[in-house]
Amino acid sequence: MAQGARIKDHGAEQRLFFARLVFAMVFILALTAVVVLRLVQLQVVQHDHYSAQSQGNRIRVQPVPPTRGLILDRNGQVIADNQASFDLVITREQVSNLDDMLERLVATGLLAADELTDTRKEILARRSYEAVAIRSHLSELEVAIFAVNRPYLEGVDIRGRLSRSYPYGQALAHALGYVGGLSADDLKAVDPVAYAGTTQIGKISVEKSFESALHGTPGREQVLVNARGRSLETLERSSAVPGTDIVLALDLETQLVAHESLDGRRGAVVAIDPHNGEVLAFASAPAFDPNLISTGLSRRAYNALQEDIDKPLFNRALRGTYPPGSTIKPIVGLAALHHHTLKPGDHIYCGGYYSLPGNSHRYRDWKAGGHGQVDLQRGIEESCDVYFYQVARELGIERMSSFMKAFGLGAATGLDMPGEQGGLVPSPAWKRGAFKSAARQVWFPGETLITGIGQGFMLVTPLQLAHATATIATRGQRYRPSMLLASRDPLTGATTPATPEVLPAIGDVSAADWDAVIAGMHGVLQGGRGTARAAGARVPFQAAGKSGTAQVFTVGQKQQYKSMEVAERMRDHALFVAFAPLEDPRIAVAVIIENGESGSGVAAPIALKVITTYLGMEPAGA
Amino acid sequence: MSNTRYNDRESQPGVLARLLRWAHMDPPLLAGILAILAFATVVLFSASGESWGMMRAHAAKLVVALAAMLLAARVDPAWLRRGAPWLYAAGLGLLVLVLVTGDIAKGGQRWIDIGVRFQPSEVMKLAVPLTLARLLHERPLPPSLLLIIGCLAIVIVPTLLIAVQPDLGTAVLVILTGGTAIFLSGIGWRYIAGALAAMLAAMPALWFVMHDYQRKRVLTLLDPDSDPLGAGYHIIQSKIAIGSGGIFGKGWLNGSQGHLEFLPERSTDFIFAVIGEEWGLMGAVALLVLYLFVVARGLYIAASAPDTFSRVLAGCLSITFFFYVFVNSAMVTGLLPVVGVPLPLVSAGGTSMLTLLTGFGMLMSVHTHRKLGDAVRRH
Repeated sequence: MAQGARIKDHGAEQRLFFARLVFAMVFILALTAVVVLRLVQLQVVQHDHYSAQSQGNRIRVQPVPPTRGLILDRNGQVIADNQASFDLVITREQVSNLDDMLERLVATGLLAADELTDTRKEILARRSYEAVAIRSHLSELEVAIFAVNRPYLEGVDIRGRLSRSYPYGQALAHALGYVGGLSADDLKAVDPVAYAGTTQIGKISVEKSFESALHGTPGREQVLVNARGRSLETLERSSAVPGTDIVLALDLETQLVAHESLDGRRGAVVAIDPHNGEVLAFASAPAFDPNLISTGLSRRAYNALQEDIDKPLFNRALRGTYPPGSTIKPIVGLAALHHHTLKPGDHIYCGGYYSLPGNSHRYRDWKAGGHGQVDLQRGIEESCDVYFYQVARELGIERMSSFMKAFGLGAATGLDMPGEQGGLVPSPAWKRGAFKSAARQVWFPGETLITGIGQGFMLVTPLQLAHATATIATRGQRYRPSMLLASRDPLTGATTPATPEVLPAIGDVSAADWDAVIAGMHGVLQGGRGTARAAGARVPFQAAGKSGTAQVFTVGQKQQYKSMEVAERMRDHALFVAFAPLEDPRIAVAVIIENGESGSGVAAPIALKVITTYLGMEPAGA
Repeated sequence: MSNTRYNDRESQPGVLARLLRWAHMDPPLLAGILAILAFATVVLFSASGESWGMMRAHAAKLVVALAAMLLAARVDPAWLRRGAPWLYAAGLGLLVLVLVTGDIAKGGQRWIDIGVRFQPSEVMKLAVPLTLARLLHERPLPPSLLLIIGCLAIVIVPTLLIAVQPDLGTAVLVILTGGTAIFLSGIGWRYIAGALAAMLAAMPALWFVMHDYQRKRVLTLLDPDSDPLGAGYHIIQSKIAIGSGGIFGKGWLNGSQGHLEFLPERSTDFIFAVIGEEWGLMGAVALLVLYLFVVARGLYIAASAPDTFSRVLAGCLSITFFFYVFVNSAMVTGLLPVVGVPLPLVSAGGTSMLTLLTGFGMLMSVHTHRKLGDAVRRH
């Protein structure tokens, strides 16, 4: 060490430290003197002035909370509303005998017996003239019970206020999120003055990302109080400015169909308008009832949600990461065409498995007997694994992974919703950084093969898949996915549209290359051998798609994947991506059904149903 | 076994003295702290609107914090030194965890929050001075440039993590703590001047990253009457409360500003205004004197500490404690913008009581674990 020459001199160090302490003490005394002088100024010099102000201080300022902005779908349907709700309040000084009154409330069923002690404590902790809320969100029945018993409930009253309500409940739970009680932590992130009087704040999803717009500005009222602090009359009132209404890109009808077709199965649907990135549908299942959460769940009910094995609180569309499976093949094919390691007409023989030179390990095709001679069209249409093993090997992992990343895979898309997951597009550089032992840092040639069919390390979110599919639909034009369509002034009704954000395009891929890949995807749905031709035949428009199946666990070399024998949660995930109409795409969709097994059989019909709904068409032959 | 203590003057100590020594308490420091806490309890009863519920919660918090102080005082400084990096690493880990645990979890957990919550940023208020003291320990002082850079890194990483939470108040306090430790290590005045210049230069940048409402607070400090019902309300009402108190105050439970609820946050951040109103200049200055006594005792402990670790730790904790007092009292009297820093040992609620008393326990540990050998080794 260069410092080795310096020897510790304890005496000198102690003297130095002592000098610093003396300096600090002087500094401290100086600062204290500043505060004391300030106190003298306020309390001695200006005492008369402040004393007079204090005497005349009989006007209290109270905040008036603003009305939260509404949330609307793209057609102006209200999807998050404010509704009157009723609290039960009690004013101690108006009640002759508090204990009797509480007993009476329990007897009428307006108060739970086990809440009696806490409620009593709460009432006694407050001033006697204050109206204390002892119940919130009374049901209509409870309001009726109160009305009937009113003569016997002197000092108890009902107070109305506005609270958030979500008319479509579970269907929009993950897209909208919910509001919840304002906590001390929340207050650190916002201006406490602006939230004085506000009791609820957006906790997740859209309710959180647009909190500052939705919240509004509180008003203030000046209240004359008597010497004991009781409010006598309201002198002046500056009304609150309601929060801005938020118009989302979501199409309510499409969203409802997406939610219904998920039918409670674990999975997600994301639909995007390829020409501007507007998110048309955003569903994750199973979901929860946001109305229950925002009115306050019991601890037990919340734990039940939290511990539910199907994770209803988990936003799969935004945060679920899955191997893309074969849905990645069009992009791999496009990469190979672009880098000239493949021509559309090149044939590769598929005998049902693929082996690397000098290695007996068999990388299997999903079709045991193989596909025979396969070109790009058939490779995509029939989803031939062997074809893409060979394509991936010739392309190489570096070019493949950087091409995938250009489509926005493996990284947060920047959707205007908090908490998005990134995912992963693997590369040798990533592997060197991700693992500790040298043996595991090596990139194996076999890993290139399985990356080519979307298995292995690769992880993407349903949102990223939808975004990448939209990028194929526009032949390389990319827009940041966006929930926000416009904001609307609640008073004037004037709307301010949001501007689509253009992302770096997939440049210099020739039109012929796009044509070849999109033709393959068209074949998947409406070609003679397409994996999802059964679903594709039922729609009255031309569409392009790709099925995918993502392995949850690895089948041994000598084993066969037999679905019946595999436990439900170990079954493959089913994926499907699609866009339509073929010539001028207006919607791109990604669907994932966890453990759904068949991309073409389970996920494809959902994707097409969502598209059909959005395009406003009737399914053919239905 | 009986260690002969350096401060063992009395030949026949009384029961109380023996008990205090057994508990590793430093009597003057303990007396100062208890005096502040006693005064605080009386003030709080009035500030809380004579709420027994609040007093009970306060008492429970006090018992836990005092127990933590007793425990910390029993821990030998050598152990504190060894444990410092681990505490720091654990604190960092928790801070990262807070950032990473998703929004849905956070949103949900708040709902079932039962009141006992743990803030990693509080850990850092102790872990940063401990770690800096350990780093400076056994290295030649004044520190080399490399060592200063190391110290700065230790301060800045948690500060950034806390600042993005976002908790600017605590972040500033952590920086002040770190700066104090580095100052005490004896770095040259050139560096100090340079750092001050850099801070002045960074002011405009800070203005840029502040939230709108934070900027508004700075502006209202300059002219509270510009927004008398909004951000200026706190400062105006606080000044009325203090000013109307006069020299002797309106008397306990008689402050109209506090009791009629004109004064916001009167039991927490603005409790100093309640003291000013009800106890007058006399009460406020008396409290400041008590604080000064505690700080001075802490600095005395630092001055008589046997090694660099103990010195830096003790000095740093004492000076930081004063910063809390200054920032709060200056804010309440309208000298500094309204930032959410409580008055140490007096404000109700908040999580700082536990951290503060644990810190004082460490101070006592430094003082009561000195052995005769230390004194000899020093000469």
